[in-house]
Amino acid sequence: MSNPQGERPPAGQNPGAWGNFMGWLDERFPATETFEYHMSKYYAPKNFNFWYYFGVLSMVVLVIQLLSGIWLTMNYVPSGSGAFASVEYIMRDVEYGWLLRYMHSTGASAFFVVVYLHMFRAMLYGSYRKPRELVWLIGMGIFILLMAEGFFGYLLPWGNMSYWAAQVIVSLAGAIPVIGPDLMEWVRGDYLVSDITLNRFFALHVVAVPLMLVMLVFVHLVALHHVGSNNPDGVDIKKHKDANGVPLDGIAFHPYYSVHDIQAIVVFLFFFCAIMFFAPEMGGYFLEKPNFEAADALKTPEHIVPVWYYMPFYAMLRAATYPFLGLDAKFWGLVIMASAILLPCVLPWLDRSPVKSIRYKGFASKFMLGLFVVSFVVLGYLGAVPPSPIATGAAQLFTATYFLYFILMPWYTRVEKTKPVPDRVTMR
Amino acid sequence: MSGDGTVEDAGDLASTSSEPTPVNQGRRYFLIGATSVGAAVGVVGAAVPFLGSWVPSAKARAAGAPVTVDISKLEPGQMMTPEWRSQPVFVINRTDAQVENLKQDNARLADQDSEVEAQQPAYAANRWRSRRENLGVFVGLCTHLGCSPKLFADAQPEAFDPNWKGGFFCPCHGSRFDLAGRVVSGVPAPTNLPVPAYRFLSENVILIGEDEETS
Repeated sequence: MSNPQGERPPAGQNPGAWGNFMGWLDERFPATETFEYHMSKYYAPKNFNFWYYFGVLSMVVLVIQLLSGIWLTMNYVPSGSGAFASVEYIMRDVEYGWLLRYMHSTGASAFFVVVYLHMFRAMLYGSYRKPRELVWLIGMGIFILLMAEGFFGYLLPWGNMSYWAAQVIVSLAGAIPVIGPDLMEWVRGDYLVSDITLNRFFALHVVAVPLMLVMLVFVHLVALHHVGSNNPDGVDIKKHKDANGVPLDGIAFHPYYSVHDIQAIVVFLFFFCAIMFFAPEMGGYFLEKPNFEAADALKTPEHIVPVWYYMPFYAMLRAATYPFLGLDAKFWGLVIMASAILLPCVLPWLDRSPVKSIRYKGFASKFMLGLFVVSFVVLGYLGAVPPSPIATGAAQLFTATYFLYFILMPWYTRVEKTKPVPDRVTMR
Repeated sequence: MSGDGTVEDAGDLASTSSEPTPVNQGRRYFLIGATSVGAAVGVVGAAVPFLGSWVPSAKARAAGAPVTVDISKLEPGQMMTPEWRSQPVFVINRTDAQVENLKQDNARLADQDSEVEAQQPAYAANRWRSRRENLGVFVGLCTHLGCSPKLFADAQPEAFDPNWKGGFFCPCHGSRFDLAGRVVSGVPAPTNLPVPAYRFLSENVILIGEDEETS
């Protein structure tokens, strides 16, 4: 059969070598079917904008982290006596060791940059709304695992900041009434963060959590492709289909978005490489100065700060300074921090707006989302500065506004006046 | 004929299988439930070694054995920081003036008479929080989030407290303690620094981690 368009005919019709192979494969494994379902016949809305790059960029960073991480374990020694020296060894003596380590440390920060922006996109366009609640919840699971992954990994260089940051965060468990102290000992496996703690954090960081992360990312995509992608207008593209059942406003993910995303990946890698080669420490925010000193159980660094991506939550933890209901402030700090992390999980049920996208929501929603972003950024700054009465007061104020975004949402999304939503997606 | 026979056979088969065999739903649910409960017990049992392996190992417990500390060279006003269970322990020889100061009423303290029982053995439940008035022994980890506070022994105005009477200051979150490890109220730390079990082996040697009751 001649094929003037040059398209590959369906397997079996034209038994070339490739066709034969695919025919053989498809009888035994749903290769073509899976590729079509997730790529060439997955119809994504045609009006994706800038914000839709961060999902694919998260996958790119995940691959960077897995690759550089596996290579780092080839020279890293997970023990109290060997860890710090082995990191120095990687930096100085292993060929390209410095590159692999900076790739991994820059990747950790880049991961949170793209994931925070990816989550913000969902909040902007209501991507968490029905029928995508599960996509959002699985995503929250990925986010929480990512925070755990970052925390476990941060102890591994066994610098003094690694050590005391782990000590402080594990001590958070001690704030839980009754079981707290025993729980702390159980997590550490010792009376203080030690060799034993380092070894188990290593196991969790390189095996347990990455395994769960990869599985959840897979499930995240399966759920997304089952319900279909949202878009900046928040309209359902499946309402208008052509004779073949293809949404009129949809385009095949492959090749249209797959090729389109390559450009974004290239631009992203420009920035990534610029940081990796020229500013891997990022002025002490990506790699902190006290961490260039080995862990010392008898000497706390002058000023303990977590890595930048935890700072908003750390500021909220510190904002609790009053005992309440007979439980001390330390416990309430833990409760506030945990709720700040978990509260976005219920967003799909808090948002009662008749429209999904911020484009058609009213002033109240826009104002509150703006306030949320300001709160998050200011809290991030406050988490980095030493404690002082002014900083604590400001942290308390912005913790309140952070929570108000969520708590008041059922009310302001219902009473505000929304704009009419178009029937089809718009291109702007 | 054989064709008819096949049809008849099939008919027979169909009629036997479609005969109303009553399904005992109650028994089915019971069996499913019992199997699930059995499996759950098995899962809990299997989890025991995995969760149990996380508690401090024999080696860690052995390394947490009591330590002896020689205080003969500790002059009044000086502090030493031995390690017990890999935690820093503050052993401080307070001057007589400092001890007198600790005995005074102090409204700034959250628990000046050491009434929170978990924070010290009974023999240290007093204002100076020790067996011998001058010698203070405390676990040197802030009761907030476990940073190690620093000693600022002199009574002089400090950046973190203009009315400073001498004590410990935690740089992490700004908690303050006096020279008896008693926490100042209104700081993140909820309780006084813990006093470990300890006893005197002789005039100048103490054993940290064990006393008459726990030995």
